[in-house]
Amino acid sequence: MPLLSLKNLSKRFDKTPAVTEVSLDVERGEFFGLLGPSGCGKTTTLRMIAGLEQPDSGAISFEDTTITNLPAEKRGFGMVFQNYALFPHLNVLENVAFGLRARHKSQAEIMERVKSALELVQLPGYEKRKVDELSGGQQQRVAIARAIAIEPALLLFDEPLSNLDVTLREETRGELRELVKRLGLTAVYVTHDQEEAFALCDRISVMVGGRILQTGRPRDLYEHPAQLSVGKFLGRNNLIRAMRLSSSKSEVGEFKTLEGGHTIRIPVTEKSLVPLNQPCILAIRPEHVLVTNSNAGLENALPATVREINFAGATSSIKLDANGLILEALALEADGLSVGDAVTLALPAERIALLKDE
Amino acid sequence: MSESPLDSLSPRRRVSVSPRLFLLFVVALVLLYGVIYPNIHVVVASFQQNGTWSVANYIQALSQPIVLESILASVGVSVLTVLLCAAVGIPLAFLFERYSFPARRVFAGLAALPLVLPPLVGTVAFIFLCGESGILARFVQSVFHLDHSPWSLRGWPALLLFHTYTMYPFFYVLTGAGLTRIDASLAEAGRSLGASRTRVVTRILLPQLTPSLIAAALLTFMTSMASFSAPLLFGGGVRVLTLEIYTARQRGDASLAITETVILAAISLSALFFFQRYEGTRRFAAAAMKGSTKKRQPMAHGGVRSLAIVCGILFSLLLVLPVATLLLVSFAREGNWTTQTLPSAYTFANYVRIFSDSRASEVFLNSLSMSAIAAGAALLWSFSVAALLARKGSRKLKRLLSWLILVPWALPGTVVAVAIAESYGQPSLLLGSFILVGTFWILPVVYFLRFMPLVVRAVQASMEQLDATLEEAAASLGASWWQRFRRVTLPLVWPGAIAGTLLAFVIALGEYVASVLVFVPTNRPVSIAIASELRDFNLGTAAAYGVVLMLMIGVIMTIAARLERARA
Repeated sequence: MPLLSLKNLSKRFDKTPAVTEVSLDVERGEFFGLLGPSGCGKTTTLRMIAGLEQPDSGAISFEDTTITNLPAEKRGFGMVFQNYALFPHLNVLENVAFGLRARHKSQAEIMERVKSALELVQLPGYEKRKVDELSGGQQQRVAIARAIAIEPALLLFDEPLSNLDVTLREETRGELRELVKRLGLTAVYVTHDQEEAFALCDRISVMVGGRILQTGRPRDLYEHPAQLSVGKFLGRNNLIRAMRLSSSKSEVGEFKTLEGGHTIRIPVTEKSLVPLNQPCILAIRPEHVLVTNSNAGLENALPATVREINFAGATSSIKLDANGLILEALALEADGLSVGDAVTLALPAERIALLKDE
Repeated sequence: MSESPLDSLSPRRRVSVSPRLFLLFVVALVLLYGVIYPNIHVVVASFQQNGTWSVANYIQALSQPIVLESILASVGVSVLTVLLCAAVGIPLAFLFERYSFPARRVFAGLAALPLVLPPLVGTVAFIFLCGESGILARFVQSVFHLDHSPWSLRGWPALLLFHTYTMYPFFYVLTGAGLTRIDASLAEAGRSLGASRTRVVTRILLPQLTPSLIAAALLTFMTSMASFSAPLLFGGGVRVLTLEIYTARQRGDASLAITETVILAAISLSALFFFQRYEGTRRFAAAAMKGSTKKRQPMAHGGVRSLAIVCGILFSLLLVLPVATLLLVSFAREGNWTTQTLPSAYTFANYVRIFSDSRASEVFLNSLSMSAIAAGAALLWSFSVAALLARKGSRKLKRLLSWLILVPWALPGTVVAVAIAESYGQPSLLLGSFILVGTFWILPVVYFLRFMPLVVRAVQASMEQLDATLEEAAASLGASWWQRFRRVTLPLVWPGAIAGTLLAFVIALGEYVASVLVFVPTNRPVSIAIASELRDFNLGTAAAYGVVLMLMIGVIMTIAARLERARA
């Protein structure tokens, strides 16, 4: 039984649909991500879970109880806001104690829980500070302390790291996951940053245009996108337009690329059968494209010319032209190559995802 | 480890509903008694004669040339006032906002001075300074050895001069605020595209200023339509509507007064609608850009720079002179200032008199207590309204509420006073046999109605600046509606609300227009005392009253400004 369950949630703002027919289940103890470009409806979905927006249709249930119309203050979910939403007129202590005071806890219990919450976020002794005296990272920690002090049944994050600079963001990321796991909390985390979602979340729903396109573990999403738009959104991808050649009975599919006219063979499982003479997309990540000088024993080897080499620190991006088919490859060392070189590139069959053209 | 999220049906749930219902009840009641009933009563009364429905009142009123003339005069004075104020206020704002020169800040601060001057006190100061027996006239007379005063402060020129002096700050302040909001890089982009300086002003800056200019024009027009003190004291042959309503009531011609009141209200409200509709078409979405720093250009050019300083000094003198004159006259021995340019003998007697004579000093107590009652009530009221408007709810209902609240502010003080006096001057549907007119409470009620929209605006503005996620954060932490309002919204909105309340208090202190229509011996405010001293030619005493009033206003405004700064 999932802890949190959304069933066909839809929400419109005036005439514009923001969220359409969203369904998902979050298991107890799971760190769950909602990942998508800005304006995809992920924050609206989170706000409906929090009770800050009312869905137009659909249902939200928590521990098998329907909470769709329960006001936010009755849900007992902690939320960390993108701008932290710390109360500027209260000090750190009063901010963290806010939810406890709303619950009419005893003064002794409040002090104890505030203290332990601040220790958990590594801000012990900051009780009397004013929130505007804190750095961005510290404010962020206070916001997390405030949310966990109420011992939330569910912890909601709305892009909590987006206002931090890069190094601090990566540091906080690790601490955040460790904290949530240590406290045994269940979290729903909204972000547009793929790397952040991959590092933090056990499972992720990819949202585009108000709909969930695919839900799964980060590695599955990355390597086996179910749809072209998921493949496009998650990292760089070579998208090769192609037509199926071989008969549908064969286990190895033969595809002819529209650019360059190359033949590419990949194993075709029953599920991903693509009808003959229908355009489809072959997707392969740049880091999986091999660039060599010999074509001995390589799958899907194509002759190509080096067009561009872009140095980007640890890796270099190489743009290759295989008879009109332009592909990008990532290489750790691009020393031996220079623009204009004739090389062989290979596309390992197990790395190629077969997608429908949309 | 968690508390059940569904400890939902805690007993506190019922408590969170009842205060809201209570607020709704109070707000509805106040609007019914203060706004809806009196205004409808006046409109209905204007369409009745001898107990039957008719438009006879209007036919009779409009067939009198003096009524038509006063309508034209009111509108004419107001339109000309708007044009003159724009001509003075806009260039001044450009000068002070875009250029820096020595003592700029002093001049810029002084420029808004007339805003805090109560209209009656300003009028009196003006008479002492430029009236036909004022200091300037006597000075010219003595220099050129003239037999009589070189000019008379009467009629159109006097009225327009005074209106411009007191109302140009609307244009000055709002244009200045508009200019600070405009991204300086837009002007720079214009210049880089080859536009000349004038072209940048006319094609880039002025169009973006349009909303500010419309708001200023609206304020100026409405204030001028409502103007009463100046037409009363030196309007001469110019009979404006507010004055006509006052004299009709003095004559005992109630039906003419009511009819004229409705006409004045109709003109004011149509002006409001006209301006607001036009404003709606000219709003520019502020593009979210990284703010480029706006710098004032220093006036390096020697000639221009000295010219600016000279203009600044002259202008400041113009602004300060009436106030200085008032101060001077307040120390003049009564009956001693006859033909000399300046009063010849000085004394503290005027001040001693207004503070030692209990009948003279009780007006301060009256004004202070009535303004405090009105402002305090307005503060409570504004929070009730704001709490209601902050809730998610029917948009139509909210718009109706906001509109009803705006009405008493949009209506001239004369209209508000007449409406209340007519509605509660006899046994009425709502108050039974209790007659409000003739009691102490009539003025606090009128002050409250006139100035509560100001406080509501201040509270709402503070609420709008409030980050909406703070309330949401409080909700997610389990705080009920009432807890969120008391512990998050209220403490953050408080400074702005107090500043707005103090402003309402200050304006109520010097109120004259409505007071003169409904005051009674037990609640004579300061303004009535000033007017009656003036009528008895106790110029020094009138001035002393004015100076004390200005001092009180100055102190309170300083406190308000402090609060405003503490908030920022």
